[in-house]
Amino acid sequence: MSAPAAPTIAGGPVTPLDAPSHRRGDRIFAGLARGAGVLILVLLAGVALFLVVESVPALTASSSELPQGKSFAHYVGPLAFGTAFAAAIALLIAAPVSIGVALFISHYSPRRLAGVLGYLIDLLAAVPSVVFGLWGIFWLAPQLQPGMAWLGTHLSFIPFFAGPVSATGRTILTAGVVLAVMILPIMTAICREIFLQTPRLHEEAALALGATRWEVVRMSVLPHGRSGVISAAMLGLGRALGETMAVAMVLSVGGGVSVNLISPQNPSTIAANIALQFPESSGVAVNALIATGLVLFVITFLVNFAARAVVARRKDFREGS
Amino acid sequence: MKVSRSSRIAAALAVGAIVLSACGGGSNSSGQQTGNGSGGKLSGNLAGAGSSAQQAAMQAWAAGFQADNPDVTISYDPVGSGGGREQFLSGGVPFAGSDAYLTTDELTKSKSVCAGGTGAIDIPVYVSPIAVAFNLSGVKSLQLSPATIAKIFNDKITKWDDPAIKAENAGVKLPSTAISTVHRSDDSGTTQNFVDYLSKAAGSDWPYPVDDTWAAKGGEGAEGTSGVVAAIKGGEGTIGYADASQVGGLGTAKVKVGSSWVGISASAAAKAAELSKPASGRPSGDLAIDVDRTSSDPSAYPLVLISYQVVCQTYKDKNVAALVKAFETYVASAAGQQAAAKAAGSAPITSAVAAKDLTSIKTIKAAG
Amino acid sequence: MATATPLLAEPGASPPLRLTRGSLPRWAPAGMFAASLGAALLVMLVTSFNWYGWGALTFLLYVVVITTVSRRVEGSRRSTDRLVTALVFTAFALALLPLLALVWTVLRRGVPGLTFEFLTTTMRGVIGAGGGVEHAIVGTLLVTGLAALISVPIGLLTAIYLVEYSGGRLGRWVTLMVDVMTGIPSIVAGLFAYALFEIFFGPGVRMGAAGSVALSVLMIPFVVRSSEEMLRLVPAELREASYALGIAKWRTVVKVVIPTAIAGLTTGVTLAVARVIGETAPLLLVAGLTTSMNTDPFHDRMTTLPVYAFSAFATPGFPPEAGYQRAWSAALVLIILVMLLNLIARLVSRFFGPRTGR
Repeated sequence: MSAPAAPTIAGGPVTPLDAPSHRRGDRIFAGLARGAGVLILVLLAGVALFLVVESVPALTASSSELPQGKSFAHYVGPLAFGTAFAAAIALLIAAPVSIGVALFISHYSPRRLAGVLGYLIDLLAAVPSVVFGLWGIFWLAPQLQPGMAWLGTHLSFIPFFAGPVSATGRTILTAGVVLAVMILPIMTAICREIFLQTPRLHEEAALALGATRWEVVRMSVLPHGRSGVISAAMLGLGRALGETMAVAMVLSVGGGVSVNLISPQNPSTIAANIALQFPESSGVAVNALIATGLVLFVITFLVNFAARAVVARRKDFREGS
Repeated sequence: MKVSRSSRIAAALAVGAIVLSACGGGSNSSGQQTGNGSGGKLSGNLAGAGSSAQQAAMQAWAAGFQADNPDVTISYDPVGSGGGREQFLSGGVPFAGSDAYLTTDELTKSKSVCAGGTGAIDIPVYVSPIAVAFNLSGVKSLQLSPATIAKIFNDKITKWDDPAIKAENAGVKLPSTAISTVHRSDDSGTTQNFVDYLSKAAGSDWPYPVDDTWAAKGGEGAEGTSGVVAAIKGGEGTIGYADASQVGGLGTAKVKVGSSWVGISASAAAKAAELSKPASGRPSGDLAIDVDRTSSDPSAYPLVLISYQVVCQTYKDKNVAALVKAFETYVASAAGQQAAAKAAGSAPITSAVAAKDLTSIKTIKAAG
Repeated sequence: MATATPLLAEPGASPPLRLTRGSLPRWAPAGMFAASLGAALLVMLVTSFNWYGWGALTFLLYVVVITTVSRRVEGSRRSTDRLVTALVFTAFALALLPLLALVWTVLRRGVPGLTFEFLTTTMRGVIGAGGGVEHAIVGTLLVTGLAALISVPIGLLTAIYLVEYSGGRLGRWVTLMVDVMTGIPSIVAGLFAYALFEIFFGPGVRMGAAGSVALSVLMIPFVVRSSEEMLRLVPAELREASYALGIAKWRTVVKVVIPTAIAGLTTGVTLAVARVIGETAPLLLVAGLTTSMNTDPFHDRMTTLPVYAFSAFATPGFPPEAGYQRAWSAALVLIILVMLLNLIARLVSRFFGPRTGR
């Protein structure tokens, strides 16, 4: 790994006074901090190695030994699609809403209300996924079902709404909404903290120039919080991709690849599939399930990589211009 | 659960990453027992794992057994039958609950966990009828033949007023509502038994293989018995299969046995278990049963799930052997079966089956 | 906790633009909203009433009316502002709807079973109705507390490393890996913890501490990500001022950077705890399920509240109502527990945070 970096801060290298006691304390502290970073790498390497080693028997097995008698690629393909699809629906709903809610709490609501709301949102981040699952089955699905029936009757020419319509409403759209509600508190809480940290001088300067509230938000709050918002979205996406119990409970699984949002035949997700199949699996089927976990791992890796790249490019672009 | 050696090494690499507090010795974890094994008063922990179908009954058994033996703690992880068998075969737990009996392969493997070259045996202790339950406004009871059930779940019959259903239910007013079938989306012993019933009793109307994964296309999937029941209740014109004790409030179908219609009852379910033949090619003491789905005896309800306790005939540890033996004796006893019936709604095994169980349980011993 | 900035705190106290343009009276938004509400209700009553239709129509009417009116009177900039304000409020209402529904559902179904007896008994020997969650509360606190004890130091130190020491290639790797770790499905974390503990304790291992390790795998990336963001927001001027006074870097971090960011850090840690306290799948795998009290996280099975709730729902026994009741009540207890933890965290951050500031 790299050599201990010279102490730097955003503004450039800084040399604190060169007292020996300072240097010892600094060295210990820096060592601790770096040690923690290395520890995380080791931990992740352990998890990755565990996944890879446990996956190998499934990846090398012939199709007939695997569950459903399909090759591994055919087995995992629809699952990967379902995972991405459900998470995309969730993020599409949750991202704008959570930014809106965070703005409401940080810049629009009265101060007293804001504290209470922030507290309430934090609290909701703690609702266990099992409860989201129960809520999805008993409350949300019946609420959404008539809407889906309407869409199926009137808009069935759009592939998303081609029937047949589920009689219970436990579709991938419902699962996506449940996921959106699940990741909303986390995304909102992080966005809120970020927005609240906007340098006050920037905002006051904009106000002094006669900017409207939206212009303040657009010109000082959002640019300041962009990387944080993307971070929040990534955390939310990570949870949506990996969510297990809620999806397993809510989604009616049919297998196959389909963009139909309202039918009872929905693609399953990787994490839910592991939860559903693991208890009764044995032998190479267990390895196959762990291998799908590896695929999920890789998907998350790629998504995060892409997000990082986007943030970095934006930054370069802004600084370069 | 089996985790290969290489992955253990992989995980070992991460050891440094984990701050493990000092936990001296530590070999005293679950599955291992403490306390005296010298006859008389029993004490220690006994842990099992496996079928979630048995969990409610297991709670009753644990409670009843602990009441008689206050120094004993029984715990049971409902990880699923497959998980339970894997843990049992890797020596993780001294007994497992399983909805399916051990395969020949697993029997061979069990010889390395059980002592003295003897293998494991399956003891049928839990019989539960599976209900074909539906939610159709105005209709509380239906009569369905195996062929009709198979066609409904195979999407060949799609409306409630289909002639096939009408023919079997003279006098019932059937609406033209579309049928939505609900099946288990997780692998389960319930699915296995339901499909086994369809494929044996409905013949060519059920073209799919018998497996614990639902193979037919179409219909809704739901997780677990509770999920299936919730889904049936949540829709109109829905039909599914679930453990009979859990379908409260829903209509249930009488199924055709021979030429008569048989409804769900504990005695009819227990009778089906008694009438069924022992599986062939099993070691002595093993009581695996192949349920007779095509019996024409009108006192038997053939759509049942039979769940087993998987135990060793010989244990290395004296105390474990004593605990398992005492616990299983209680489980198979009339008191244990009544407790399970009360807590889980299962069907108490008939005295004929219980007698066989107890004979097998008597052979459990410690090595040497 | 201090939140909104003073100048923006009061809605409606916007800077006067009247000098150049006309402006709507203060009651205009509220008035128009009421009018939209009424008009939409009329339409609904004429066709067929439906709560969702009413809400959607009100929203559409209000947005169209306020932006057109504002554009004519106040000009395009103020009109855009009004539009965005309407959207932000809608987003808020939209988010509140399912969240309130959720809380209401849990309260309505959970409160009837929430008795003193429920909180102070275990499930040992209980068949049918009765029993409680005492053992599950203890299990939850121990398993999650231990997980936090592992995750918070590692996570916070890593975040400090990333922000204050911006460690070159290692830093970039750590950042990327932390991102990837957020995507580990919880059940895989459980499998990993099981494999790890199997090495030391042999097959069939079940203990609360193994659950804590599984939760830590899920929790650490969360702590790192949120702490990193919060530390980055500490103005560089504060650090520079501290260095200028000759304070060592580590003291600067401990005495200046962390206290400045403490509110955000506490929120992050609380969220991370909240994220894992509701985990079910990995704990079912490595911490197991028991009906009896167990206060030793290093020996034997330990039940936590989510596992308790899940198993009560999945295998409610017969008749199922008692089990369902326990499931909902246990979920409610968990939420209350988190609420208390949240409160404590807030008190801590108020106590240790800098006295001045927002």
